[in-house]
Amino acid sequence: MAAKKQEALIDPLFNNNPIALQVLGICSALAVTTKLQTALVMCVAVVAVLTLSNLTISLLRNQIPSSIRIIVQLTVIASLVIITDQILKAFLFETSKQLSVFVGLIITNCIIMGRAEAFAMQNGPLLSILDGLGNGVGYSLILLITAFLRELLGSGKVFGISVLPLINEGGWYNPNGMMLLSPAAFFIIGGLIWVLRIWKPEQVEVDG
Amino acid sequence: MRHSTVYTILFAALICVFCGVFVSYAAVSLKERQVVNEKLDKRKKVLEAAGLIQAGEPVTAERVDELFQNIEVVAVDLRTGEEDPQVDATEYDQEKAAGDPARSFRAEPNPSAVQRVPNHAQVFKVLDDSGQLDMLVLPIEGLGLWGTLYGFIALDSDLVTVRGLTYYRHKETPGLGGEVDNPRWKDLWPNRRLFDEQGDTALRVIKGPAGPPSEDPYKVDGLSGATLTANGVTNMLQFWFADDLYGRYLDNLEGATRSAA
Repeated sequence: MAAKKQEALIDPLFNNNPIALQVLGICSALAVTTKLQTALVMCVAVVAVLTLSNLTISLLRNQIPSSIRIIVQLTVIASLVIITDQILKAFLFETSKQLSVFVGLIITNCIIMGRAEAFAMQNGPLLSILDGLGNGVGYSLILLITAFLRELLGSGKVFGISVLPLINEGGWYNPNGMMLLSPAAFFIIGGLIWVLRIWKPEQVEVDG
Repeated sequence: MRHSTVYTILFAALICVFCGVFVSYAAVSLKERQVVNEKLDKRKKVLEAAGLIQAGEPVTAERVDELFQNIEVVAVDLRTGEEDPQVDATEYDQEKAAGDPARSFRAEPNPSAVQRVPNHAQVFKVLDDSGQLDMLVLPIEGLGLWGTLYGFIALDSDLVTVRGLTYYRHKETPGLGGEVDNPRWKDLWPNRRLFDEQGDTALRVIKGPAGPPSEDPYKVDGLSGATLTANGVTNMLQFWFADDLYGRYLDNLEGATRSAA
């Protein structure tokens, strides 16, 4: 049992990462990773929603009629996302403005419904919480690495603090403007998947 | 496990009620804080345009309130150019009014792509310690390359000299048109002259560099790679400061200041 718990928590970090292996949740990974701060808030929001939705679905799993299970999952997730959005607007207004619609779009983030359907419907509350946390952190890991590289190379900053002084502010670093545009996130995530698969060759799909 | 139809319907109804209650509770209980945040955010942008705070500088709500002690908010009737005391200027939402046919009028076709002009503009009068007008902060908006830029321009009490320009919302390309947010570019605006000797709107963003304000009072450096955004900025100054919009109000204000002096 203990091994299973550990597996639920640790596996999604590298062995079964939702972005790098399952390639889910890419939309938000492109949109909110121009700055570390927005990425971090997005990660916290996703971890919270994912953990709570897994818990709720797991508690209800024996009561949910299977004919309407998807829509019940969606209702639970949507409610959690709206509440998260409201809390961000009330307490972290500046950041929530930058995240704009992407907090609302957590509803459509496949990771969350994927975990609800694939894991929480079959497992107990404790395991489901751990699975939610693990997948949330796995998602966050990729997001934060991407955001770190994009903010550093695109605007010479880390968490809004200047690290590489920019030429137009009297420094020496010529920022790479492409890093601030969405395609850069594709390249970085692609690179991360590549590195991960060199490290763990079993993740490479066999050509059929 | 199969469930009966009645059970399924009841379950669905119950979930809806539960989720509905939670969501409404969160929305209602947090509403007050959100409204406060939104107001604070807008006030910060006004202070930024007026140069009273720096962009991105962390400011407390108390500090904003304190700075706003010296700011008189007025609603200017754009049809007459008079300040309209009938409208509660502090609570007035100009953007909402612009979308309401009853509270706005159709604009002549213009390069800024402004469709409707609100009947009233929310104008901020920054007063000095003796209560005299020090600065006027006026809202402007207009089409750039990808969408509408919303911002404020601050004018000195001579109603000609620019004190600052800030955009609080736009969709321009980061690194190109998005450079309208660059503090270095914004620093080029103070002390330029918005109107020429004849009273026409003369200030514009040119291609390439302009001299310091003393040599090139009517020109601001272009943004490289963002000619269309720069033209948008020029166009919206032309549009809003035309004789039939802010121009009329500034004339009235000038007359009032003169007769008082």
